[in-house]
Amino acid sequence: MESLRKNDVGDLLFNEEEKNREDRGRKAKAKVYQVLLATLILLLLFSMTVSIMLGPISISPFTVWKIALSKVPFIENLIIQDWAKAQEQIIWEIRFPRVILGAVVGAGLAIVGVAIQALVRNSLADPFILGVSSGASVGATLVIIFGAFKLFGQYALSLAAFLGAMISVFLVFLVAQVNGRISTVRLLLSGIAISMMLSAMTSYIVISAPREEGMRDALFWMMGSLAGAKWEQLSIPFFSLLMGIGLLLFFARPLNLLLIGEQTASTLGLNIDIFKKILMLVTALLTGVLVAVSGAIGFIGLMVPHVVRLFVGSDHRYVLPVSALIGAIFLIWADVVARIIVAPQELPIGIVTALCGGPFFIWLLRRNSYSFGEGDGK
Amino acid sequence: MKLTVDQLSTTIEQKSIIDQITMFVESGQFVGIIGPNGSGKSTLLKTIYRILRPNAGLVSLNNEDILKFSHKEFARSMAVVAQEGSAPFDFTVEEIVLMGRSPHKRFFERDTLEDAYFTRTALVKVGLEGYSDRSFSTLSGGEKQRVLIARALVQKASFLILDEPTNHLDIHHQLHILDIIRKLGVSTLAAIHDLNLAAAYCDVIYVINEGEIVKHGTPSEVVTRSMLKEIFKVDCTVTTHPITGKLQISYVSEGMYKGSTLSQTPDTTVG
Repeated sequence: MESLRKNDVGDLLFNEEEKNREDRGRKAKAKVYQVLLATLILLLLFSMTVSIMLGPISISPFTVWKIALSKVPFIENLIIQDWAKAQEQIIWEIRFPRVILGAVVGAGLAIVGVAIQALVRNSLADPFILGVSSGASVGATLVIIFGAFKLFGQYALSLAAFLGAMISVFLVFLVAQVNGRISTVRLLLSGIAISMMLSAMTSYIVISAPREEGMRDALFWMMGSLAGAKWEQLSIPFFSLLMGIGLLLFFARPLNLLLIGEQTASTLGLNIDIFKKILMLVTALLTGVLVAVSGAIGFIGLMVPHVVRLFVGSDHRYVLPVSALIGAIFLIWADVVARIIVAPQELPIGIVTALCGGPFFIWLLRRNSYSFGEGDGK
Repeated sequence: MKLTVDQLSTTIEQKSIIDQITMFVESGQFVGIIGPNGSGKSTLLKTIYRILRPNAGLVSLNNEDILKFSHKEFARSMAVVAQEGSAPFDFTVEEIVLMGRSPHKRFFERDTLEDAYFTRTALVKVGLEGYSDRSFSTLSGGEKQRVLIARALVQKASFLILDEPTNHLDIHHQLHILDIIRKLGVSTLAAIHDLNLAAAYCDVIYVINEGEIVKHGTPSEVVTRSMLKEIFKVDCTVTTHPITGKLQISYVSEGMYKGSTLSQTPDTTVG
């Protein structure tokens, strides 16, 4: 306490009782947050289990977990194998990678949504606002319809989509940058302009498809899908997500500063110009990777951050982890719906996220307590 | 902490906005900048707090060139209260004030109990005790401005810049905020719109017009009838306030008379 008195210019002193109260208050807040995180993690595991159980062949939750644990070194010896080889094949080779991909993509799109909304200080922004999805679509449709990039075999589609995304973000970056600075309005508008041009290219590629089914496949890809997920394709998205979450959490404080305004952030010690560029790079790379493996799944990156802010406020230290978990859970359930609603066919998952998310979002809009970024809203 | 501005010029899009400005703020002084709209007040301040880059000249804090400071070092030395902008998403009052601790934090460093004390102390000082958990967007203009001052306080900077912070506030809040800042006794450079307030609160006043300092000195040296006529294009009387002993500007303008003209202005004390 003594040091505090000296430090402070003013004449206020805190007594022991106040100190304890402050401390208790802080601990109580931390506790609430920890309980929330733990609940969401349990909910995520539950959602993954249910998602794996459901399908043309139903599987009991115990089998799901036994198969999962039988793949873990050391524990594997403790599991008695009482399931059919075919079951294991379906679960381990098809359903597990798919649900994990869903979680990774959902979490990734949600945190990118959070970061992009801070970057452009706009509540309507989503991960695709800087042209990632339209650039990826050009690459993907070229591969799907004209079989471009044959050289890369099964990775041609992902690679082309990723390259398209990067080229488009780079173009947006070039247009938005003036004298080494990126202005927010310029960034938004150049994102829209580049997206429009690339979308036109995609449309042209699609309508000049030589085969009908090529068109359908291209459309399906653009709406996003988790079908065909394989273990060997998971590691890049997974590690990109981990790095993305880590970096953005590392930047939680600067992200908060960015939200309250660039000049203010600058007077509070943030190097705005460099930070915005880093943020653009991180979000573009992560979104590019996610779009490359799952197509452009809309809505999730726009909606989840808003929902999360409603519950935990705007502080990115809380918004980022909670958004990642809710995004993962939401996309897993959207995929469940996409798989079973028109079984044995599948819906593109983007249709499900928009159809489920839309009404929810409208309900959110109609509530009075959330301002959607109109600073003075009530 | 003392501030020296030496022959500072700033150009925006090839247009010279401020030209060879030289000024000083001694340690502990409250220095005001006054000038008509478009005179370059804001550009001058923004160049001093490093939002704009000067084309020529030097700004130094305690004889050190401010452009040599890192962003965080600079924010630890100089705090800025500007007109409030609105954040796209809502924060609580406590979160906003705690942001003032950012320049003292390394990445990943958490807020400590000490930060919480600073925050509470600052909120008490600006008269917002018990507002910690209120959401910032629901506050009135005056309350918001006081939160921003609290944020500047927890920054623990030894130099304060006020960029017309009281413009939209009603008179009670304007006085309250200037009282708070005077009481702090920290070196302050402030752009103040209201000339009566500038005359009453500042130790030294600089008058800026068309990008140049045209006059400076104590309020009684600077705030004169002729200066107000020449620079601000207003007629007025300058008297001494009967209670505070500060200067008191009373404006006189044509429309204030019942059907009469300025030539009938009664005798005035010329400041």
